Amino acid sequence: MKKYTDSGKKDTRSGFGAGLTELGKKNDNVVALCADLTGSLKMDEFQANHPERFFQVGIAEANMMGIAAGMTIGGKIPFTGTFANFSTGRVYDQIRQSIAYSHKNVKICASHAGLTLGEDGATHQILEDIGLMKMLPGMTVINTCDFNQTKAATLAIADHQGPVYLRFGRPKVPNFTPEDQVFEIGKAVQLQEGNDVTIVATGHLVWEALEAAQTLHDQGISADVINIHTIKPLDSKAILASVGKTGCVVTAEEHNYYGGLGESVARVLAENAPAPQEFVATQDTFGESGTPAQLMDKYGLNAEAIVNAAKKVIGRK
Amino acid sequence: MPDISYLNALVIQVRRDILRQVHKVNSGHPGGSLGCTEFFVAMFQVIMDRKEGFEMDGIGEDLFFLSNGHISPVFYSVLARSGYFPVDELNTFRLINSRLQGHPTTHEGLPGIRVASGSLGQGMSVSIGAAQTKKLNNDDHLVFTLCGDGELQEGQNWEAIMYAAAHKVDNLVVTVDYNGQQIDGATDDVIPLGDLKAKFQAFGWDVLEIANGNDLQQVIDGMKKAKERTGNQKPVCVLMTTVMGNGVDFMMHTHAWHGKAPNDEQLEIGLSQNPETLGDY
Repeated sequence: MKKYTDSGKKDTRSGFGAGLTELGKKNDNVVALCADLTGSLKMDEFQANHPERFFQVGIAEANMMGIAAGMTIGGKIPFTGTFANFSTGRVYDQIRQSIAYSHKNVKICASHAGLTLGEDGATHQILEDIGLMKMLPGMTVINTCDFNQTKAATLAIADHQGPVYLRFGRPKVPNFTPEDQVFEIGKAVQLQEGNDVTIVATGHLVWEALEAAQTLHDQGISADVINIHTIKPLDSKAILASVGKTGCVVTAEEHNYYGGLGESVARVLAENAPAPQEFVATQDTFGESGTPAQLMDKYGLNAEAIVNAAKKVIGRK
Repeated sequence: MPDISYLNALVIQVRRDILRQVHKVNSGHPGGSLGCTEFFVAMFQVIMDRKEGFEMDGIGEDLFFLSNGHISPVFYSVLARSGYFPVDELNTFRLINSRLQGHPTTHEGLPGIRVASGSLGQGMSVSIGAAQTKKLNNDDHLVFTLCGDGELQEGQNWEAIMYAAAHKVDNLVVTVDYNGQQIDGATDDVIPLGDLKAKFQAFGWDVLEIANGNDLQQVIDGMKKAKERTGNQKPVCVLMTTVMGNGVDFMMHTHAWHGKAPNDEQLEIGLSQNPETLGDY
């Protein structure tokens, strides 16, 4: 098995901030907009370096999405920053009409996604955003797993023409992907090779998938582990190749099982090569207050849940 | 500036285009379109500094955004008759496989359209963004927007109005089609707008008024004045009083023709009140 080392826990939102800072220096067309959450989104450094290219919108997310759409006219590349809940559900029609349908080159950057936002509770813990955004024609949907990958993704989406939803989170999580990685939109990353079960994970669940694979390995089960950072367009080829080898799959995500990565994988399998699948995801529920670890435990989004799902799905082959 | 008699002839011809477009497909929004005919003719023929052809980025020219996208018939007619696409294409309004969608969109690549609109309340924000990009690009051209008065019931507008003043977006002119009508009736009966002038002023805008937005000369003079008022640290608002359905007597002063097409007989009456000037498509 490949060994992955946590180089020190960091939050993915700081990866976004670091990426934005670097972009600010190398691309004059990058502009940033924030709806009163500059510190939370780690956009302060960009703001300090480029005050003329930073736009404080205030608590007015709908307006922010419209302004961002307009700013693309004339060649700017706007990055909007607010929590995932306020980046999607709150402003769905603005994104739909002014950005997606109008094919504007806006990068919607969404922090504090999922349960790991923690104590603020369900009003802020969106678990439906991936579904909302992937249903928009032409929208690219990315959910990164650690600091380094989030930074690389932030840099990569500036070079991609078209609307992008970039989803990341609040808590400090293991940072294990390479610092110098090249982020390729739509390309899965193979983390472990195995023959008994495929584990397809995204976001904070990728590290949990690696831990699960280790546990399974210790019990004589070998798992293919795939890091899916791009949920749309989905790397169907990588998924089909893996499931073709293992014959079954566990999908793992910090999202509702309706509308998430799991459903996208199920569609690919149903269309090409049906195989048993188990879903590690929230079960059509809202979240609640608690520490991130307590919540991930209570809602079954951790390595243990992945191990159990893997054993179950292998039994269904 | 083109001769005023030509412009008056164009106004009449655009009214015919509006009636014929909506009649053919028995759908669309003639009322607001007719009310803003003089405004569109003034903007595209006189007021805006436009380049030949169409480029999405619109660098080095004035930009126009229509927020109340349902008045697409007047927008399409004036765009076509200003050279953006063939006038004959007005024949395809709202038909399958047309670039002239029910509400304007960039999706089909129709020249002259820079953002989709139709779901109300979004155009002002978009135009603010475009205006701020002009400033970043050191492009001293202006951004113009038209929105409906009823549309101001959408809260996003007030976010945008607050923002534009705070950020001193003074290369922006927002015109409000102040016809006092919306689908369900008079705005005063649906949700009264109150003192719009005082509201915009309280939010930090420079406000001008055009008393009769169906008098072409008044619209030209008013919009010229609005242009002169840009560059003074404040966004500019023009409250333009119009009559919904203007130019067709039975459509005037009522919300009834907001989103209803005339039948054959009504079309003939409407056209007879606006005899052909520059040639039908």
